[in-house]
Amino acid sequence: MAGESGKIDPMYQFKIEPLAQLDLAGYDVSFTNSSLFMVLVLGALWVFMAGGMKREMVPGRWQMAVEGVTGFINNMLTANVGPEGKKYVPLVFSLFMFILMANFMGMMPFGIVPGVHPFTITSHLTVTAVLALFSFGTVLVVGFWRHGLHFFSLFVPQGTPLALMWLIPVIELFSFMIRPFSLALRLFVAMTAGHILMKVLAGFVINGLNAEAAWVPMIVSFPAFVLMIGITLLELLVCAIQAYVFALLTSLYINDAVNLH
Amino acid sequence: MDAEAAQMIGAGLAAIGAGIAAGGVGNVFSSFLQGALRNPAAADSQQGRLFIGFAAVELLGLLAFVIAMILIFVA
Repeated sequence: MAGESGKIDPMYQFKIEPLAQLDLAGYDVSFTNSSLFMVLVLGALWVFMAGGMKREMVPGRWQMAVEGVTGFINNMLTANVGPEGKKYVPLVFSLFMFILMANFMGMMPFGIVPGVHPFTITSHLTVTAVLALFSFGTVLVVGFWRHGLHFFSLFVPQGTPLALMWLIPVIELFSFMIRPFSLALRLFVAMTAGHILMKVLAGFVINGLNAEAAWVPMIVSFPAFVLMIGITLLELLVCAIQAYVFALLTSLYINDAVNLH
Repeated sequence: MDAEAAQMIGAGLAAIGAGIAAGGVGNVFSSFLQGALRNPAAADSQQGRLFIGFAAVELLGLLAFVIAMILIFVA
C-alpha cells in the first residue's frame, strides 16, 4: 500500500481485516481475511483429497499424487518412530498438508485482481503457535499415557554420570520445553521474512518505474524484478521445506514420546 | 546517542547474525554433499538428518531477524 510519500509499507500485507463483524459475549470473533484463507486452504485440501481417494485398482494421476504424499508421510514416520508410527500418520499428514497449502496459498498471485491480496495465515505467530501446540500436546498426552510418570526419564539420558545428575536433567528439560516455541517461531519467521523481502523488492520495482529520471527503471527496476523472480522460486522452496521440517520434527518428538530414549 | 539511532544500529548488527547463519546453512549442505559423494549409497538414508541440521541452524538465523524486527517495529 503506497503511503503519502510514495513509500511502500512491507508490513501492510500482514494486516488482519474483519470481513464480517461478529461479536460473541463481548469478544470479537469476526470473520477475518485470515479466516477466509483458512477456509480456502481447507477447501483446496478437500478437493485434493476427494479427487484422489477413489481407491481404484489402477490409480490415475491424481490418485498417484495423493498416494505419493501419504506414502511420504508414512515413510517418514516409519523411519523415525518405527512400526508404531503408523498410528500418527493422520495427525502428521494433516499438519503437513495444512502448512504446505497455507504457505502456497499465501504465494498465489491473487493480487492481479484489484482490491484483493493474498494473506499468508502461517505468517502469524498465533496460528503457528496453535499448530505447534498440537504437536507438543500430542507428545505430552502420548508420553504420559504410554509411560505414566516413567516419561520423566526422558530428561535423564542413559549413561549419565552421577556427578552430572544436577545439570543434565535441567538442560534436557529446557530443551524439551523450548520445542513448541522453536516449532512455532521457525515457521512464522520464515514466512514473514520471505514475504517482507518480496514486498521490499516489489517496492524497488514500483518506485523505480515511478521515478522521474529516465535511467532509473533500467538500472533499478529491471534487476530488482529479475531478482524477485529468483526470490519467488526460493520462497516456493522455503514453503515446502518449512512444512517438511515441521512434519519431520513432529515425528521426531513423537518418537521421543513413544520410545523414550 | 538517542534511542532511535541505537535501535537502528542494533537492527543492523542483528543482520550479522543472519549472515553467519547463512554460512552455517552452507556448511550443513556442503558437509552433506562431501559425505554423499564419497558414499552415495548411504546418502538417501541421511536426508532426514540433513534437514534436522538445516532446521536447527536456520532457526538461529531467523532469531536474528526477529531481533531486528523487534528493534525496528516494536521497541
